[in-house]
Amino acid sequence: MLLSVDNLRVAFRLGREGGQVQRVEAVGRGERGVGFEVPENTTVALVGESGSGKSVTAMSIINLLPDNAERSGTVTFDGRDLIAASSADLRRLRGREIACVFQEPMTSLNPVFTVGQQIAEPLVRHLKLSRRAADARAEDLLNEVGLPEPRRRLRAYPHELSGGQQQRVMIAMALACGPRLLIADEPTTALDVTVQRQILELLAGLKERHRMSMLFISHDLGVVGEIADHVVVMREGLVREQGPVARIFADPQDTYTRALLACRPTLAQRRPRLMVIDDHLAGAPSAGAVVAKDPNAAIVIEASGVSKGFWMRHGIFGRTEFKAVKGASFRLRRGHTLGIVGESGSGKTTLGLALLRLHDPNGGPTGGHALFDGRDLLALSRREMLPIRRRIQVVFQNPYASLNPRFTVAQTLVEPMAIHAIGGNSEARTTRAAALLGRVGLDASALGKYPHEFSGGQRQRIAIARCLTLDPEVLVLDEAVSALDVSVQAQVLNLLKDLQDELGLAYLFISHDLAVVRFMADEVLVMKDGEIVEQAGVEEILERPRQEYTRRLIGAIPRGYVSGAASH
Amino acid sequence: MSAVLPTTSALPGLAPARSESTWVGAWRRFRSNRVGLWSLVVVGGFALLMLLSAFGWVASDWGAERAVANAPPTFLGPAPPPVASVAVAPSGPPLDLSAVDPLAPRYREWAERAAQLATTEPTKLQTLPFGADRLGRDVLAKAVKGTQISVFVGVLAALVATLIGTVLGALGGFFGGKVGDLLEWLYNVFTAIPAILLIFAFAAVAGRGVQSVVLILGLTGWTGIYRLIRAEFLKHAVRDYVRAAEAVGASAAARIFRHILPNVSHVILVQLSILVVGFIKAEVILSYLGLGVSVDQVSWGTMLAEAQGELILGYWWQLVAATTFMAVFVTAFSLMTDAMRDALDPKLRGLE
Repeated sequence: MLLSVDNLRVAFRLGREGGQVQRVEAVGRGERGVGFEVPENTTVALVGESGSGKSVTAMSIINLLPDNAERSGTVTFDGRDLIAASSADLRRLRGREIACVFQEPMTSLNPVFTVGQQIAEPLVRHLKLSRRAADARAEDLLNEVGLPEPRRRLRAYPHELSGGQQQRVMIAMALACGPRLLIADEPTTALDVTVQRQILELLAGLKERHRMSMLFISHDLGVVGEIADHVVVMREGLVREQGPVARIFADPQDTYTRALLACRPTLAQRRPRLMVIDDHLAGAPSAGAVVAKDPNAAIVIEASGVSKGFWMRHGIFGRTEFKAVKGASFRLRRGHTLGIVGESGSGKTTLGLALLRLHDPNGGPTGGHALFDGRDLLALSRREMLPIRRRIQVVFQNPYASLNPRFTVAQTLVEPMAIHAIGGNSEARTTRAAALLGRVGLDASALGKYPHEFSGGQRQRIAIARCLTLDPEVLVLDEAVSALDVSVQAQVLNLLKDLQDELGLAYLFISHDLAVVRFMADEVLVMKDGEIVEQAGVEEILERPRQEYTRRLIGAIPRGYVSGAASH
Repeated sequence: MSAVLPTTSALPGLAPARSESTWVGAWRRFRSNRVGLWSLVVVGGFALLMLLSAFGWVASDWGAERAVANAPPTFLGPAPPPVASVAVAPSGPPLDLSAVDPLAPRYREWAERAAQLATTEPTKLQTLPFGADRLGRDVLAKAVKGTQISVFVGVLAALVATLIGTVLGALGGFFGGKVGDLLEWLYNVFTAIPAILLIFAFAAVAGRGVQSVVLILGLTGWTGIYRLIRAEFLKHAVRDYVRAAEAVGASAAARIFRHILPNVSHVILVQLSILVVGFIKAEVILSYLGLGVSVDQVSWGTMLAEAQGELILGYWWQLVAATTFMAVFVTAFSLMTDAMRDALDPKLRGLE
């Protein structure tokens, strides 16, 4: 057994209060700890929602935890006890026998050193290679992780590479000394689906070729099902279930595992609602069939030839235009959802923000027309835009950034009503805010709290409630559920569906995740490099994609272990 | 009747219990920092001293010449006068010189007139607990009065500089474009000139006096805070919460002052405290060079300027009093600022 973790518990000290040291348990509860094993040449996946302790578990193996962490239990790597190991011993182990790949490649790479220097560093330090030999080895490694023109890339700085290329460099650095265990902490979460697919294939291939083991941490069961041999499901600091991947997907024993599998939107079938964890744990029945929508509902937004560019400065006076959106045309009907999908950089977010006029007016030229209620959104003055703002609202991707941290929830919700003079006085507005909080599934006690007291899913609900205060007709949902855990994502998606049915909202649903788009959208635009390359009903896009690009997007979606086999 | 009640009772949110705000949380963290708390006590003591002296309850008679020139500092009182036994007094009556002295007949008349002009020579103290300066003024009273002027100048000048820097930084960072370019140009002009030269140039125009010093330091010292606030606004202006505010129709002024400003207020507060310390030292330098407060006022700087001449003659006490006061205050204020920054740093707070 390469690595075995037994009864591991990790707690963080949080200062003193009343002479008593305050601790919070991150892994393990009470006397119960976490245990699992990683055999040679095997991929073990730790799966769980955020806060389940999966990352802390992995980082505690080589003690990459902050100073206030306290570890107990046993971690044995190749016969050596890593809990008792000195920091000098651990340093020798890190990078040489156990290597790590993290979620954010941009922040994991040092921006002031070239890629070559960073890969060569562990070679010089651990393997005592000469500078020249280290450079040659670095070139081989970049070649192995599939980076084109490795010799030229050696002299590149991290910011000159794309996210996928940076992650390849991180993997090359991890492989530099031929580790026996690779710890990959959500290595593909920050990447596009298509890039994620490439990185997963790369990792699987490297694991085979180097005969190493991998500890793969992810919140996404779809990804885990494709790469892992053995799955460990964690929740609230404890292991709920573990077993071979085939058994976990085909015959999950734990109710939580079953719920986690059920709440993920799939490409295989379309459901009116997603199961949420609580429904599943309570044994609630699955909802009925999809209700068809009126295909002739009134058109709310009619866009024709919308384009948006940004100025790129050269020197003092020179500037050239970069076209982020080129001639997008579509219709959005009342009560319908228009999905916009594409890789990052395809211009889907720019298109949404252009309709809302949220770009810097001096940032670049706008073209085309977007008719809303007979008026062109792109040609209105600031003053004329104000009454329109009330009717088109937006929910952003990152729920941690989209609420003002210094505003209470009440302030956040009352402000838009005060600007547009909705409700007579502040008391009426507060009453309405409380009612809307109830509508999005929070209770009125939330009014006096600050955003940092809520989880990501709750914050996204508050952001939705802020939009609802203005009774909008159109909601632009810019990757609104992409940053959320699968189970929370299911709840928010259900909420959005309910609101649409109830209030007749039209959604512009921007996402990179086709499975989510399939669940939400009626019609789909596929964008590539600022252009709409395909536009059709959601069923048609998924079943009969006409463009190679669309096919690639669909093919890149992780399908999990069994669902992948069952859909064929 | 009971059917009406549920609608009102179902709204407990009308009087929501507010959670701990940022400031309350910051104060809680500040309180747990012992060094910060003690420095706050010291700074509070100085503030009290300032108030008392400003209202004339202490050190109002700092200008009185209470002791002999350069009276040494001691609590023990004057040393017993040395036994003077140099010249032995001649015995017998003084010689009658009236025969040879033409003024002799008028001695009596002058003696009578002198008796009428009796002056009361105040008894000057031979020593003071903290010593006296060359005019016999109490060094302790001077230092206390100097605290009032120096700290007042430092705080007021820091407020002026912070106000200028914050407003310009907010405008430059938020709007960018032409406004931003213009402000950057202004900033570059100000930072291109060596700071001390700039201060001299302003001082030459503004003349001496407390108001002049405040104005000079305020007008020349805003550049650092401008740069920081501009960077913060550049960062925050494109944050989602500001975009969301724009999407609900909030005006530019509302976004600058209601949304972003409270989120960068910790930067402003910490910069303000750093400026206070810097400006107190700047005032000392200015007064030392004779460009600061006017001669009929006292500040730590004027005391140090006087001390330069005294030190050569071995009168060290004025230097010690002024530097001790300044060192204690500046150190305590810096420590307090440090603790404040730790307490207000959003990175130390949960998930934000």
